[in-house]
Amino acid sequence: MKISVIITLKKDVLDPQGKVIHQALDGMGFDDVNEVRQGKYFEIDTKETDPKKAKNKVEEMCKKLLANLVIENYKIIDA
Amino acid sequence: MKSAVITFPGSNCDRDMDVALKKFGFKNKMVWHQDIELPKSDLVVLPGGFSYGDYLRCGSMASKSKIMQSVINFANSGGMVMGICNGFQILVETGLVPGVLLRNKYLEFICKNVFVKINNKNNGYFKNISNEVLELHIAHNEGNYFCTNDQLKEIEDNTQVAINYCDPEGKIEEPFNPNGSIKNIAGIFNKEKNVLGMMPHPERMIDHSLSGEDGSHFFKNLINNLK
Repeated sequence: MKISVIITLKKDVLDPQGKVIHQALDGMGFDDVNEVRQGKYFEIDTKETDPKKAKNKVEEMCKKLLANLVIENYKIIDA
Repeated sequence: MKSAVITFPGSNCDRDMDVALKKFGFKNKMVWHQDIELPKSDLVVLPGGFSYGDYLRCGSMASKSKIMQSVINFANSGGMVMGICNGFQILVETGLVPGVLLRNKYLEFICKNVFVKINNKNNGYFKNISNEVLELHIAHNEGNYFCTNDQLKEIEDNTQVAINYCDPEGKIEEPFNPNGSIKNIAGIFNKEKNVLGMMPHPERMIDHSLSGEDGSHFFKNLINNLK
């Protein structure tokens, strides 16, 4: 089954890439943007068929590799 | 004194480190990241470079390499482990030293000489060094040291800050901070001070005709401390 993960930077962590994207959008005329925060998106296709077990495994992957919990949060979707 | 330098796919300062260590008397061995056991060593070095193409987060993939379990065990048993630049990024990803290294504040790859002030000499790396300030080279895109407020308090309470970016006189101020690091932090220790991660490259400052000699002071002192 497929499980998706979204990784976002925590609120207080500086996101220079997001800031530059915001500036570019502003320059293109999208001048009503308050803030842009860049994140990561993963699609994980696992052999596990039990949704609960699969979700638990992906959660472990997030904690051990996909996210660095000092600066990032993860959110598992499609479980 | 024996040392080992780990080569990951994408490491590119491993040879420079090998040259530097040998120049100051280490018997150095190069170790491939897929090896399982470390050779008997007094010092293990994680070199600079772009391990695994900086995929996911700098150092994150290398921190899960086969050899790293031995490196972690070696560090936990009190062995001296030094990570330079990408090696520092690998160290934070293993959790051996606290914090993370973010994209540089102004999104530039920075390649230049900087000055760093030695903040703590009560450890195997800087004990007995006569310098207060070292001129070293940095070359990185992700050197912006960040940690939570709680971590920062712990780091400062345990005197884990090794070096800070400064001016030639040792003044630690924001204008001399190249990358946005919290409190100008350029290098930190683990609690026990046997693990050191730092962004500057001492191995690039070991030849008077090419660069400078401050890296030489560092390595000469390091091997004397280990003897």
